[in-house]
Amino acid sequence: MKQVALRCLAAAAVLVTLVAPAAAQGTLRIGMTAADIPLTTGQTDQGGEGQRFMGYTVYDALINWDLSSADKASQLVPGLATDWRADEKDRRRWILTIRKGAMFHDGSEFTAEAAVWNFDKLLKTDSPQYDSRQSAQGRSRIPAVAGYRAIDKYTLEITTKEPDAFLPYQIAWIMMSSPANWEKVGKSWAAYAKTPSGTGPWRVDRWTPRERAELVPNKNYWDPKRIPKLDRLVLLPLPEATSRVAALRSGQVDWIEAPPPDAIQSLRSAGLQIVTNAYPHNWTWHLSRIEGSPWNDIRIRKAANLAVDRDGLKKLLGGMMIPGEGHVTRSSPWFGNPSFKVRYDPNEARKLLAEAGYSKAKPVTVKILISASGSGQMQPLPMNEFVQQNLAEVGIKVDFEVVEWNTLINIWRAGAKDPSSRGAHGMNYSYFIQDPFTGFVRHVESTLVAPRGTNWGWYQDKEMDALLATARTTFEPAAQTKALQAVHEKFVDDALFVYITHDVNPRAMSPRVRGFVQAQNWFQDFSPVFMAPK
Amino acid sequence: MLLYLIKRLLYVVPIALAVSAVCFSLVFLAPGDPLSAVLPADASTEMVEKLKADYGFDKPIPVQFARWVGRAVQGDLGTSIATGRPVAIEIGRAISNTFVLAFFACAIGFTLGLFFGTVAGYFQGTWIDKLVTAIAVAGVSVPHYWLGMVLVIVFSVVLNVLPAVGMGADGSSQWAWDWEHLRFVILPAITLSMIPTGIITRTVRALVADILAREFVAALRGKGLTDRGVFMHVVKNAGPTTLAVMGVQLGYLLGGSILVETVFSWPGTGFLLNTAIFQRDVPLLQGTILFLALFFVALNLIVDLLQTLIDPRIKRS
Repeated sequence: MKQVALRCLAAAAVLVTLVAPAAAQGTLRIGMTAADIPLTTGQTDQGGEGQRFMGYTVYDALINWDLSSADKASQLVPGLATDWRADEKDRRRWILTIRKGAMFHDGSEFTAEAAVWNFDKLLKTDSPQYDSRQSAQGRSRIPAVAGYRAIDKYTLEITTKEPDAFLPYQIAWIMMSSPANWEKVGKSWAAYAKTPSGTGPWRVDRWTPRERAELVPNKNYWDPKRIPKLDRLVLLPLPEATSRVAALRSGQVDWIEAPPPDAIQSLRSAGLQIVTNAYPHNWTWHLSRIEGSPWNDIRIRKAANLAVDRDGLKKLLGGMMIPGEGHVTRSSPWFGNPSFKVRYDPNEARKLLAEAGYSKAKPVTVKILISASGSGQMQPLPMNEFVQQNLAEVGIKVDFEVVEWNTLINIWRAGAKDPSSRGAHGMNYSYFIQDPFTGFVRHVESTLVAPRGTNWGWYQDKEMDALLATARTTFEPAAQTKALQAVHEKFVDDALFVYITHDVNPRAMSPRVRGFVQAQNWFQDFSPVFMAPK
Repeated sequence: MLLYLIKRLLYVVPIALAVSAVCFSLVFLAPGDPLSAVLPADASTEMVEKLKADYGFDKPIPVQFARWVGRAVQGDLGTSIATGRPVAIEIGRAISNTFVLAFFACAIGFTLGLFFGTVAGYFQGTWIDKLVTAIAVAGVSVPHYWLGMVLVIVFSVVLNVLPAVGMGADGSSQWAWDWEHLRFVILPAITLSMIPTGIITRTVRALVADILAREFVAALRGKGLTDRGVFMHVVKNAGPTTLAVMGVQLGYLLGGSILVETVFSWPGTGFLLNTAIFQRDVPLLQGTILFLALFFVALNLIVDLLQTLIDPRIKRS
């Protein structure tokens, strides 16, 4: 009997070890791809990575992303606002209810006035707290916002220029800094950067520019489910990919972002975890639709989409991609049911090209701008060469012009008609496609042709404009999803881009790292992560 | 001597101006946009233009250069576009870290270079000379970033005895001269010392061999001077040239190595320059290069003066 009891006790102990994290939750050291610690004042720099590590950790937005699931695309959830709704009588007027009792790390309370103060920080150039650095990062994220005011301590009103149901997605970009802390440090953002204060689940304990930042749990976080399990989160800028891999393999860090594809196999062999998932990123050829572009013929666009051997490309990348079936991944709620199936079918591609008057012997020639490297660009040189060979097989001759990544960004802003585009018929560009505006609107809306917006290819289509307008003025979530599905179906059915791949956001980590759920999002939640005992 | 010193100091002005002008031109000739570091990719053209005006990049390049020079002569190197921090503070932090690395690389490189060079010079034509020459050629020829990666794979990844990156478990701000921190400097210092080892070895070998073949050495030996006495004469004769070579190497090492510091994520001037180049951070790039150029000029001057002190045949007048 005594032995049975002892066995039961031992079994229970093992179960507790397996089910619950150990009492000592440990320190997690992450090697980032960034060359510096992202801006700590609230609105971060360093793109999606900055927001991932210094935005959603230390700060909150009024509306946050749900980062708790790996199985489905992330949705918006209450953040510092518990609910939001557009006024039924005037759809330009939004009312947001502010969460009561959400406290900044400095002990002050987040209120509607604090939200207004934060919008002024980005938009009102003559306000004392206006910060050009944060404004450069945040202003372009909230193009719909026309005005804002605090109705009372816990009620915020935001007005938009036009009725715009996409506003919540824009608001999810804006991180809320503490007015009280800014006052306390002498109304200086430089001083604020040294002692940041947000409402997020982590607070900055200490940091050294260009070297490391150490975050510790905010035990008073307003969402008890997201109070971090770790004792400490250390962020290290390691921009050189081979250095990140070496740091992980030598045990100096526990987790690295974006391991190079050719290192994945060796990392797996060394017993390290490789975590991947679909996320809102695509790697496409953005097509020029200006007069004279061969891509104005839908048969050529469809032929290019059918000529790409995506499974072959996947092998080239060691499995680190999701074959493109559309502008968004199939797991996205906006995928819909396009009638044109993006697949590898070279015979069908040849048939379409023959109808258009081209063949392998008499190819259509296109010039594509590509970069040699760049954030989110994966492995642009071998990947583009692979696609080039695929297209040559069916009768599309591709000439590349390789430009530096930042130059490509500038060309993209300038538009296909600009001389800087050098008469190119397309460009290889990877896109952040997390919300309806970045995913769809900016690429195709008629009013956003470059340089006014980033519709690089000068695509203009009244039917598409109407579909976008419907989605933008559909405020009921399920109906809005349906409207966005219609938009995406047109994207695919009209083969507006050459859809090639989606990145899978690989991360490599020590087997001791537990509890991480890789959300289908550019941002991630580090709260459930813990370190297994050595 | 004083006149020489003043003349050399005055040379600094055109050198600094020329270095700044070349650097400024190169930054603007290179593709990319200095504002890309602070703007999201999808920032509108209107936003880009506004920020250009805020930073003064909308002005003609000569005007921008003149403004920068005007501020620099007052000691204001400006503010980094990417970080918003003063360039002087960024450089100050990085240069002190590079000094730590350079100190150890010099210690290794100069010691080995002098030793190998002298031995090879004394045993010219023997297998010892051939072996040392092979080591020296390898030191100069092997790409040091490649060597750095190999050392990391062997000592950090496979043997797991030395750290692969960084400047201490808690970063450079917590640097101390104890084993816990010194172990971080071993691999980058060995990597960085390879080139000076090779160059100094070859220089010293040639000098020693040349001096030993001179008639005055035979005369000294004929007069019955001991080997030690002869060695001292060899050292005195080889000293000035060796010192000049070591001075140049010291300058290179103190200037920081972009490749080695990037491979080892060592937060020095090389790492800083690499980041500034990729971010098109013009003020940071300008400030760092100007500082390093002035530093190099100053170091050369010191070496020249030291040469005069140890070799009275060299006149600086």
